[in-house]
Amino acid sequence: MASKNETKIIAEPGKQELFIIREFDAPRELVFRAHVDPKLYTRWLGPRGHSMELEKFEPKDGGSFRYVHKDPSGNKFSFHGVYHEVMAPERLIGTFEFEGLPDKGHVELDTARFESLPGGRSKLTIQAVYQSVQDRDGMISSGMEKGVKDGMARLDELLESLK
Amino acid sequence: MRRDVFQAIADPTRREILNLIAFNSLNLNGIAENFKVSRPAISQHIKILTECGLIVIKKQGRERYCEARLGKLNEIADWMEPFRKRWAARFESLDDVLDDLKDKKKQEGRKKKNQGPRSR
Repeated sequence: MASKNETKIIAEPGKQELFIIREFDAPRELVFRAHVDPKLYTRWLGPRGHSMELEKFEPKDGGSFRYVHKDPSGNKFSFHGVYHEVMAPERLIGTFEFEGLPDKGHVELDTARFESLPGGRSKLTIQAVYQSVQDRDGMISSGMEKGVKDGMARLDELLESLK
Repeated sequence: MRRDVFQAIADPTRREILNLIAFNSLNLNGIAENFKVSRPAISQHIKILTECGLIVIKKQGRERYCEARLGKLNEIADWMEPFRKRWAARFESLDDVLDDLKDKKKQEGRKKKNQGPRSR
């Protein structure tokens, strides 16, 4: 694979946001489509070895989503949010919450920007903004592939230790 | 309060101090004269950086020089690596999906060419 297509994470210390940046050897129209077509979305978003079930998926302004990942041990991880804006082929803005945390309300605001690059290529920049530095750091530290019980306990500890 | 690398570099003044001494050790005055904040405040920052292991104090005669130990910053890259890998794996799967889509487009393009105006 070309080293151009490395996944880059930018998470400056003490900030509440992180950036996920990745270039693709495909036009942004296709990359955008893979984000809003339910058949395509489930083929890449779930971690390998996990199944992903889209319980609700309304990729339009004001639409909501909820999906469930199941890991090989049968543990379930659920996520839900709302699409604030779906503007093909350049931008997606929405909220995102992981349902497995000990308390509700840790929401992130995600903005995905799709840029055209020369040669039929494109660049995806996801900006995730959290409610606190702790939440952002907790997200980076969390091991969501682990079992639910295990995951919750560890997240709990981590959030505690980051205070 | 935790005394670790993350806590150390969360502060912009401390990051600036590390930048100053990254290649050249400086004493307290040499560092403090670069900042508007007071010398005791800078001294406190240096204390925190020393407790986190990012600075060591070396004596030269009567002077005490602050020397950077930036190797500890690799801990932060390590901390982000599992998160980065999860996203990298997703995007590799997305690469496969995109390759399929591009192949389909090519096939549709060929079909249309072969059909031509006569088949209508």
